Amino acid sequence: MADLSDIQSVEHDVVVIGAGGAGLRAAIECGLQGLNTGLVCKSLLGKAHTVMAEGGCAAALGNVAPQDNWKVHFRDTMRGGKFLNDWRMAELHAKQAPDRVRELEEWGAVFDRTPSGLISQRNFGGHRYPRLAHVGDRTGLEMIRTLQDKLVYLQHVAVHMECTALELLLDDGAIAGVLAYWRETGRLFLLKTKAVILATGGGGRAWRFTSNSWEYTGDGFALAYEAGAELINMEFTQFHPTGMVWPPSVRGILVTEGVRGDGGVLKNSAGDRFMFSYIPEKFAAETADTVEEADRWLADSSKNRRPPELLTRDVVARAITREVVEGRGSPHGGVFLDIASRRDPEFIKRKLPSMYHQFKELAGVDITKEPMEVGPTLHYFMGGIRVDADTQMSRVPGLFAAGECSGGMHGANRLGGNSLSDLLVFGQLAGVGARQYISGLGKQPRIDMAQVERAVQRATAPLNRAEGINPYVVTEHLQHVMDRYVNIVRQRDELETALVELEKLKQEVAQVKAPGASQYNPGWHEAIALGSLLITAESVTRAALIREESRGGHSRVDFPGESDEWVKVSVVARKGVDGQMEVRTEPRPQPPADLAQIAHATLEELEGSGATAAREKGASA
Amino acid sequence: MTTRTFRVWRGDKSGGEFRDYEVPIDEGMVVLDVVHRIQATQAPDLAVRWNCKAGKCGSCSCEINGKPRLSCMTRMDTLPAEGPITVQPIKTFPVIRDLVTDVAWNYRQKRRIPGFRPRPRNPDGTYRMQQEDVDRIQEFRKCIECYLCQDVCHVLRDQGKLDKFVGPRFMIYLANQEMHPLDNADRIPAVRRDFGSGYCNITKCCTEVCPEGIHITDNAIIPLKERVVDRFYDPIAAIVRLVRDKPTKEPAPALDPD
Repeated sequence: MADLSDIQSVEHDVVVIGAGGAGLRAAIECGLQGLNTGLVCKSLLGKAHTVMAEGGCAAALGNVAPQDNWKVHFRDTMRGGKFLNDWRMAELHAKQAPDRVRELEEWGAVFDRTPSGLISQRNFGGHRYPRLAHVGDRTGLEMIRTLQDKLVYLQHVAVHMECTALELLLDDGAIAGVLAYWRETGRLFLLKTKAVILATGGGGRAWRFTSNSWEYTGDGFALAYEAGAELINMEFTQFHPTGMVWPPSVRGILVTEGVRGDGGVLKNSAGDRFMFSYIPEKFAAETADTVEEADRWLADSSKNRRPPELLTRDVVARAITREVVEGRGSPHGGVFLDIASRRDPEFIKRKLPSMYHQFKELAGVDITKEPMEVGPTLHYFMGGIRVDADTQMSRVPGLFAAGECSGGMHGANRLGGNSLSDLLVFGQLAGVGARQYISGLGKQPRIDMAQVERAVQRATAPLNRAEGINPYVVTEHLQHVMDRYVNIVRQRDELETALVELEKLKQEVAQVKAPGASQYNPGWHEAIALGSLLITAESVTRAALIREESRGGHSRVDFPGESDEWVKVSVVARKGVDGQMEVRTEPRPQPPADLAQIAHATLEELEGSGATAAREKGASA
Repeated sequence: MTTRTFRVWRGDKSGGEFRDYEVPIDEGMVVLDVVHRIQATQAPDLAVRWNCKAGKCGSCSCEINGKPRLSCMTRMDTLPAEGPITVQPIKTFPVIRDLVTDVAWNYRQKRRIPGFRPRPRNPDGTYRMQQEDVDRIQEFRKCIECYLCQDVCHVLRDQGKLDKFVGPRFMIYLANQEMHPLDNADRIPAVRRDFGSGYCNITKCCTEVCPEGIHITDNAIIPLKERVVDRFYDPIAAIVRLVRDKPTKEPAPALDPD
């Protein structure tokens, strides 16, 4: 039996798990609301995966294109998400993003500027107008640092660094605490709390080629699932079209969409700009269909339609996969992304300094002189913990989620730039939601020590086994299964094979052995993360098997094309009473009439006469 | 495929030693890949801190063949082709285990530095700043907080004056606040008094190791030192100031004693 008498413990009003953009924004809100807040982060503060975000933060500020407004942003988001987005979340996001960005400026963020001194905005895939507030190609770092620097001065916020959550503790079904452990010492840590905000990001580490860092092991999905919350639309996994493909050790690392936003083009081994052959009918009216028009767009985006390289990520990722499969790929199994022939070296170094650096250092490629080799990489989870759109609370009382680990906002596919705005908007709302929940809470939740004891035994089992399997080998096995059977293009028999393999993996995970002591022991950390990765992988696989259509980030060769029936349902996963995962479909509510009207409106209707005037002015300039 | 000897420091605060690992090397590998391969195949409990593996988070700082580097950005083919490769933790901060050090001191320094204090917005609700006015602080804001500059700073590394000088990382943080067009606080007295700008003797070691290529000494530390000199050591400027200038910036608030 585990000895619980010496567990260190602390009391908070609210515990935020995860210190990327969403977690930091949520913790700041909690601190500003006067809540005694604990922030649990797996890494050191400021090292979260948000630092990898490059392109920018989408918000209809209208600084570059005055005709932009929340309705156009909302319409773009719904179209990008193939109308599977939670309508209310997409509305809140489009409406509130500009305020959240301006607030960052007040906290010290230094975005790139327009000639008149305002926050500059850049073009990105699926966004009608230049809309992404950015800092070169290191926008995520700027946001993390700004939020981090705001947070450290707040009263009432305690940061628990290099601390990993193991289990959510419940009192009569509602949140009562979190059991965690310190990486440094391996000791357990009990946080008593009235509410928990999960902001743990996604689970890309279940695949081998991913842009995600080691932290992305689906912890939030697993914590919420085990506590009784639901996971929604987990089948929608975004493969970013442009990850590095060479050398092998960096395969998967992101190449920002900003390269294409700033004029970069995709070519196959024959030198063709192949994206012209992959324009979906729905986007045909707004996409350039000749090289000449696409090139004119670079000089004047107001008069010309957008190049097809800026179609949504799902479309571009599938196109690249097809080119490679049909033998028109680059030497290392990708395609070419060329900005060298499009922009002068100074422009490239100024607008894309991290990309220049990254290719120069890691691949020995000078992107101002040669094309990059790129291919799809697992990048983002559109699905996640199901939450109420206004409060961010899951169906477990006191359990909230924000950012990538929550689901619904992005529907079947996320637009680039909508993630950084998502984590600000919903991080803030989750803080407000938690405060409201806590102020309405009647009694103090109590910790069930029997639950703690069971959790401790589970967590320490890999250390205590005399013999067992190497956790790193199990992780490799899992990544192989997901790469092979649950990748960018899916089909029934492969998904069924994946489920059989995942069952075997469950047996392996139950036998992993981490040699050594519990103090800063990466093997043990890997063993613990495997539990979360498996729940993540199983929920994606089961949901993908159920959804018999192709939409956004979910493509089925046996069910090509979008289905009018499937847009009416969500796929929901939860833990059944028998402990097995239950996945079922659930009808979606009808969209509010006003939002449906906006989503299906023409651009002219949303821009109004001011827009027409602005375009004419642009045409005459 | 070639095989190389990796001589990795293993131990904790009570002491340790270098241990050799023979590791097969693939094309394009960086040092962190090799460390991970050792972890996965020979020493599952080898402690190393890392996160993004793309030179953006600043977690994997260590000393490779005696030089402070990001292990994720150090390609094997840039190292000497012969002989063992040594990997050890950064020296300035206390070891926790193996390649992981306790950098908490840095987090405490940041909390001592008065936070950003923006002036009010323009009447139209905007802040306006020209790109050329923010170029220089955008350079400082590229900092990924890898603390390699702190590791090589003589004042911290060799003289151990962690109670006197905040180090290069926080000099650029101070420069960022001081030169931010929207910031309203006056930090110059604190730069000298509390953060020890006088201790830096401009050897530029910090600039040399910065993986982001920030001109720490030339663009941040020297200008801060100049502002301190102008304020405290220039008699003519002091008289002119007394006669003519009213202080336009608010003094920075008192410090957290931490």
